[in-house]
Amino acid sequence: MAKEIERAGIPIVVMCNLIDVAKTVGSNKIVPTVSVPYPLGDPTLSKEEEWALRYHRVGVALDALADDIKEAKVYRV
Amino acid sequence: MKAIHYINQFFGQVGGEDAADSKPIFHDKPIGCSMMLDKMLPDIEVTDTVVCGDNYITNHTDEALKEIFAYLDGKKFDIFFAGPAFMAGRYGVGCGIVCKAVSERYKVPVVTSMNEENPGVAEYRGACYIFRGGRKATFMKDDLTAMAAFAEKIAKGEELLPAAEEGYFPRGIRSEIPAKNGETAAERVIDMLLKKLRGEPFQTELIIPKTDKIPPAAPVKDLSKCTIALVSSSGVVPSDNPDRIQSASAQKWGKYDIAGRDCLPAGEFKTIHAGFDPEAMCAVPDRGIPLDAMRAYEREGKFAKLYDYYYVTVGTGTTQNYAAKFGREIAAELKEAKVDAVILTAT
Repeated sequence: MAKEIERAGIPIVVMCNLIDVAKTVGSNKIVPTVSVPYPLGDPTLSKEEEWALRYHRVGVALDALADDIKEAKVYRV
Repeated sequence: MKAIHYINQFFGQVGGEDAADSKPIFHDKPIGCSMMLDKMLPDIEVTDTVVCGDNYITNHTDEALKEIFAYLDGKKFDIFFAGPAFMAGRYGVGCGIVCKAVSERYKVPVVTSMNEENPGVAEYRGACYIFRGGRKATFMKDDLTAMAAFAEKIAKGEELLPAAEEGYFPRGIRSEIPAKNGETAAERVIDMLLKKLRGEPFQTELIIPKTDKIPPAAPVKDLSKCTIALVSSSGVVPSDNPDRIQSASAQKWGKYDIAGRDCLPAGEFKTIHAGFDPEAMCAVPDRGIPLDAMRAYEREGKFAKLYDYYYVTVGTGTTQNYAAKFGREIAAELKEAKVDAVILTAT
């Protein structure tokens, strides 16, 4: 999906857990998530900590949209 | 010959998705589908079964491999099996991770099986023999039979044929083999040329694998002026799943109105994704589609506007052809709506 959206010229950031899979299928901007069952959260954290985690990672993804890259990049979170 | 077999928590009878985080468990005898494999191998004895949770091997790869090596170091084996993993994505990746590591460390042949749509194929086909497998566990016997037949050839020291003839995915290895009827390269290339001129099918001897990499799209210039859309394969939909999106092997996507919403409340939204334990995402759907965080950034002015609809499908077992089709259809809508950029959350 991401590849076809990018092919249409729309900048896209993929937030996912299996980074190597995303790289293999050709995603260019990748922001790691926490896990498969809860990509942007963690039921073991407090509500505040969980919000901070989600807010932070989404922020990294938004900044990545403006990043000028020549090849695939995995962003640090 | 002796063999060790790696399987996941489900086939290793530890449990389903609830046990996907389980650490490696070691059996010094074949269990579950390893017993079926053992019976198919007259010249090979399956001595041990290694069982590991799909989440654990893919999320804690270093730790998992350390534990598995600690066990295998004390074992003698001549060949290693994993799977079959069918269309199960994490299982396929797990089999690939373990096969590659075992092959590098112990220098033994490693044999597994996956469906062509399994993401483990593209990633690990160069590192192990991955046989072309069925889509689901009903193909267990067929897939194990293919793995076993090949392993028997190795055990007997028989000649191994090219990938297409044996039935595994090409590993990208070119070997020099004498032409069957002693034809020289010059004769073969003229044959090909004549066939081409006559419009007949012919087979090149140097297959160049196709790579379909998309260069990164131009970055957004000014985030604060952008309209951004959320797209997801997490399966988070309104609770009644109005478009009846399939829980696995999806053949459609949906778009849902989020104008005026600050989050996706539990009860009104849930995930229908059948590829993981849905409890955590159903409890807080924003864990799958982070509407709340996007709204916060929109309010702060980090970007101009969150697009009024989000797009979603289910990413498990969905074929690449369907995924590409969804992507094209969604991209067309986003262009029409003048959306500038996309955040896509996957599971």
